[in-house]
Amino acid sequence: MELTGNQLMFIIFSGVIVLFSILTVTTRRILRAATYLLFVLISTAGIYFMLNFQFLAAIQLTLYAGGIVVLIIFSILLTSHISQKFEPVGWKKMILSALASIAGMIVCITTILNYKFSANAAIAQEINMDVIGKSLLSYEHNGYVLPFEVISVLLLAAMISAIVIAKKGKTQQEK
Amino acid sequence: MSHAGIPLHYFLIVSTIMFFVGVYGFLTRKNLITMLMSIELILNSVNINFVAFNRYLYPDGLHGQFFSIFIIAVAACEAAVAIAIIINIYRRFRTISVEDVSEMKF
Amino acid sequence: MIDFSYAIWIPLVPFLVFAVLGLFGHYLKPRISGLLGTAGLLAAFILSLFVAYKYFFVVGKIDASGVVTDTYQKIIAFNQVWMHFTDKLHVDMGVLLDPISVMMLVVITTVSLMVHIYSIGYMHGEKGFERFFACLSLFSFSMLGLVIATNIFQMYIFWELVGVSSYSLISFYYWKDSAVSAGKKAFIVTRFADLGFLIGILLLSYTTGTFDFVTLTDINGPAIIQGSGIMFMGLSTMTWSLIFVFMGGAGKSAMFPLHIWLPDAMEGPTPVSALIHAATMVVAGVYLVARLFPIYAFSATAGLNVVAYVGGISSLLAAIIACTQFDIKRVLAYSTMSQIGYMMLALGVSGYGEEQGLGYMASMFHLFTHAMFKALLFLGAGAVIHAVHSNDMREMGGLRKFLPITHITFLIACLTIAGIPPFSAFWSKDEILTAAFHHDKILFAIEFFVAGLTAFYMFRLYFNVFWGKHIHYHHEPHESPFVMTGPLIFLAIASIFTGFIPFHSLVTSDGKEMASHLNLLIAGPSVLIGLIGIVTAYFLYKKETAIPDKVASSFKIFYRWAYNKFYFDELYLFVAKKIIFKRISTPVAWFDRHVVDGTMNSVSWVTNYISGSIKGFQSGQVQQYGFAFIMGAILLAVVFIYLWIH
Repeated sequence: MELTGNQLMFIIFSGVIVLFSILTVTTRRILRAATYLLFVLISTAGIYFMLNFQFLAAIQLTLYAGGIVVLIIFSILLTSHISQKFEPVGWKKMILSALASIAGMIVCITTILNYKFSANAAIAQEINMDVIGKSLLSYEHNGYVLPFEVISVLLLAAMISAIVIAKKGKTQQEK
Repeated sequence: MSHAGIPLHYFLIVSTIMFFVGVYGFLTRKNLITMLMSIELILNSVNINFVAFNRYLYPDGLHGQFFSIFIIAVAACEAAVAIAIIINIYRRFRTISVEDVSEMKF
Repeated sequence: MIDFSYAIWIPLVPFLVFAVLGLFGHYLKPRISGLLGTAGLLAAFILSLFVAYKYFFVVGKIDASGVVTDTYQKIIAFNQVWMHFTDKLHVDMGVLLDPISVMMLVVITTVSLMVHIYSIGYMHGEKGFERFFACLSLFSFSMLGLVIATNIFQMYIFWELVGVSSYSLISFYYWKDSAVSAGKKAFIVTRFADLGFLIGILLLSYTTGTFDFVTLTDINGPAIIQGSGIMFMGLSTMTWSLIFVFMGGAGKSAMFPLHIWLPDAMEGPTPVSALIHAATMVVAGVYLVARLFPIYAFSATAGLNVVAYVGGISSLLAAIIACTQFDIKRVLAYSTMSQIGYMMLALGVSGYGEEQGLGYMASMFHLFTHAMFKALLFLGAGAVIHAVHSNDMREMGGLRKFLPITHITFLIACLTIAGIPPFSAFWSKDEILTAAFHHDKILFAIEFFVAGLTAFYMFRLYFNVFWGKHIHYHHEPHESPFVMTGPLIFLAIASIFTGFIPFHSLVTSDGKEMASHLNLLIAGPSVLIGLIGIVTAYFLYKKETAIPDKVASSFKIFYRWAYNKFYFDELYLFVAKKIIFKRISTPVAWFDRHVVDGTMNSVSWVTNYISGSIKGFQSGQVQQYGFAFIMGAILLAVVFIYLWIH
């Protein structure tokens, strides 16, 4: 069986995603978990590239792989010792959680496999930055100005609230 | 029903696996930061779904891509607020183990 | 017609004073609150006198069309619908002026004003001084509202208000157990009677279709023309309703067999006894019967007979008991009951209109004079108690040297109540006796005998306190200050001269002037028996002798019965405790405790148990919640995708 380049890339990316996501949730060293997460996110960006969503992939890399992971690593450094190892998860909890996850996985995958997705023969749209920028600020058909504004307000709110929450309270200082 | 020789199902299966691995992590991890990572996994898998659907089922639209963008933005907010909360909890309880933070039980 | 709407201020001024004293009394100095209460009453008193003058001598006989008639009109000075249920059923608040209500306004405000002035001295330095004046004002407001009521429901409302304020005044010394239980007793007994009153009101308004006094007592009105209604046990509904109404009146007026609260009510401060239990509240029952008198006279003569006999029995009983008591306030209390019995009896033997209405007129006359001399007696007794610090007449004697003014005024009051001319009660009592003589010889005999007894026990009290043995007092008794003796002097003058007020031309059953003359055949013997009573008392008690004890022991059993008030309290206690509490209340209490409470308790117990056993779900562990959430989501997915397909 011959593999096209695309298929090979998909196998690699999906393999990395599956492997490192499992490692992320099972490793007993927290900084390693963050690193494995970074690999997963980068592979996801690769899948976006494969599907010709360059802009999205770029966002994924800068925002997710760059921003969020760095944030997480900072907070790890603030709250934990690097050398610290987690104690192993209790077998009872592990089995129950695994059962729940596997059951969910089975249900979803059977559903996916059984469902006939209707194909669409429409011609793929040319996606360049111009289109994306115009759609984001357009209020006509296929315009996204409302969600865009909402998200920007949300970002502002999150920024302020993060500062307020993380700031040291007065009562703390008195103690 | 295939793009570049890969069926839609494959993407969906990968994202499903990623999703439930995230769920597993959410249920087993005690450390709040690792739980946050599990949630990032879950959000990511959903993004893959959106993108794949956009490409395979509605190639003439951009909805999937935009929703992914918005989800990423929401994830960023969520991470920022969650980490602020985590730091505050750490300051108060000197721990970020989720099992030790149960002040509000019955 | 002259506008009388300012009459509304007569009750409102005391109410405002009550509100001010009740709310801000703590912040005022005692002297200021006392003066404020007195000033309020003074305003009401002046207004009442003005209204009375206008009503009786200027405009009372001018009817609605402006024609001068020979009849005193019923004037609605003010009326306001207070609670509107339907067009027929509404409760009004208003001011009704007719001869008896105007007369009552004068009586109440006079006595109340005197009591207010007196109290400034009597209650000086007592704890709760401003509370006392607040309650006095509330009482005056309620009582004034009662007498000017335009309808029977308004009267009922104020009736209960009177009960409440009297309760709070009887229990004024709330740190004394006896005062508290006396207040409770008064409240419960009158409440019990008021139940009858309420039933009577409902029956009456059901039969006649109105609450309004003017409609009810109009002799050409529907209430009297339509007459009786359905018969029940040989008496018409109307009669039954009026008997029930009278039950309420008997409770307030301490008539047999609902009299047991009055002697105990003497636990209150003495001015309260003077105001409430002598001059005003206790005559509310008499006033009630007088107010409804035309219906009694035309539709329910059986009811009137009940009134007459209850009055007669009460006065006899009370007079006998009064002869044996040693507590001076209790003697006065029984004397009050006896005198009110007189008034009730006079109403009961009266007819309507012209010469028939002699009893009605006499009753109102006696009410008026009695208010003056009985208030005087109580205030005098208060002055004595104030000087000696005791209620027991065995611990008193020879006080005439120490308390000259009190002595003289008390003597005047005693002569008045004994019916010696020319003091006021001679005139009113004589007319009652005449009315009784024309109506019923048995009642006349009773009242004649009671007149003698009254003179006897009053002078027994008088001689015991002011003459008799010399007692060495710890503190030298001294005469009261002028704020206390002033009212005594005023009331003494009133007691002497009110007898000359021409009541027969002012207050009569039909509002017309009636002829009245002194009946020497009756007046002579009644004065004689009064004198006999006085002389007997003089010989027995002027000096300390052994005769009273001998007399008491020769009537041993009878004396003991009378001394113990004929065991009424014990009888009621027996009925209440042994029969009602034991046979009825105990099973009801058991049912309540075990069945009703049991149901409620089991409901709460089950809730408690269930919540206790499921509260573990709320463990505070986020991951457990997450697990439940995910399992539930998967379950729902399975159910909706695979099992729900039809």
